[in-house]
Amino acid sequence: MRFVDEYRDAEQARALAAQIAALCEPGRHYKFMEVCGGHTHTIYKHGLEDYLPETVQLVHGPGCPVCVIPMGRVDDTIHIARQPDTIMTSFGDMMRVPGSDQTFFDSNAEGTDIRMVYSPLDALKIAKNNPDKRVVFMAIGFETTAPSTAMTLLRAKADKVDNFSVFCNHVTIIPAIKAILDSPDLRLDGFLGPGHVSTVIGCRPYEFISSSYGKPITVAGFEPLDILQSIYMLLKQLDDGRCEVENQYGRVVPWNGNEVGLRVINETMELRPYFEWRGLGFISHSALRLRDEYADFDAERIFELPGVRVADPKACQCGEVLKGVLKPWECKVFGTACTPETPIGTCMVSSEGACAAYYNYGRFTRTRVREAIRS
Amino acid sequence: MCLGIPGEVIEIGTDRPDLAKVDVSGVRRSINIGLLEGEELHPGDWILIHVGFALSKIDEREAQAALDFLESIGQAYADEMDALKASAIE
Repeated sequence: MRFVDEYRDAEQARALAAQIAALCEPGRHYKFMEVCGGHTHTIYKHGLEDYLPETVQLVHGPGCPVCVIPMGRVDDTIHIARQPDTIMTSFGDMMRVPGSDQTFFDSNAEGTDIRMVYSPLDALKIAKNNPDKRVVFMAIGFETTAPSTAMTLLRAKADKVDNFSVFCNHVTIIPAIKAILDSPDLRLDGFLGPGHVSTVIGCRPYEFISSSYGKPITVAGFEPLDILQSIYMLLKQLDDGRCEVENQYGRVVPWNGNEVGLRVINETMELRPYFEWRGLGFISHSALRLRDEYADFDAERIFELPGVRVADPKACQCGEVLKGVLKPWECKVFGTACTPETPIGTCMVSSEGACAAYYNYGRFTRTRVREAIRS
Repeated sequence: MCLGIPGEVIEIGTDRPDLAKVDVSGVRRSINIGLLEGEELHPGDWILIHVGFALSKIDEREAQAALDFLESIGQAYADEMDALKASAIE
């Protein structure tokens, strides 16, 4: 534990907090977006907002892969799972995400076989072990996860596993950040860049944020001191009149990313013309689909999909939460109709979702929400 | 699934150099190291693992920090470890 103390040292946190406060221009308000759900966790878990002056506000971004999957894709997955002799596989996080009628768990109660897997390679193994079944992997995730699906596709092709396919729902982070920057709802002063996505894509793709939009971005690690350090770095840039991409998480994130990861994504997948994101709507070139060379492994070409667009439940305000316009507890159903036990929206289902993070760390439990409503 | 979890390399596959036996908090599983092609990887090295693939090589200090972060988030890490225990990558 001696290592960890260095990262957790409260003294250092207080010193950083003082440096942060000293950099804030009197009378100016600062709003920074943490793009990644992992950062949201650290911020709530450690109450980092308490270390910041009231004029520095953190808002949550769209960086939770489960949260941004639209309901129609959940329905499509269940539709595939209902086809004869089909085994659907997906990450555990997806199992409780509500579709328009059912979750994967509900669907299994009615006879489908939707299995949780740890890795796409586990899905491939299920395919090898069940040659008389069609085994589909519902792939979700940002560029952090896409290389894993890509590597699995390469192996499936090499091993000629012809009963395996991928229902590709991979999304890309850059167009989502651009959509937020173009959104009139939100005025941001800078970004805390996602840690693990950047391990794959590196730091260069963020350069447009500073060059075209004039905002600073700091790629940040996940420890409490990493986040405070990154906020300090953003404020320092603003104070110096600079606007750059900086990498606070250099001990894990290489500036150029993971070249093999980017190569295998490019070999197996290409950008879709557009893709629907929960809350953000349709965004151009914001998701990946399989290349023609992998058509035989593409569930979207093997199965006929309803592909119906399903509007989110009216009461759910995940969209505003994902865009950083609303704080989780400002949603009408937060902590009352929508809880981790009975989630309405994806932000409450996924452990990386901002609503689940708020709720689970007891900052706004049911009782406190009631109190807040009463006052 | 979005978590990056640290693991210590126990051995590299001889027939399959893209696979390594890795210890994650006492759980030993096969992890694909194909994305680290070109990097020297030896038993005792630490890697950051995401859905069965090593994303990057990290040092021991970073591994401990990452582990501490994961332990602090509770259920999500417990779920991830349960998923890993059920994994049998080949």
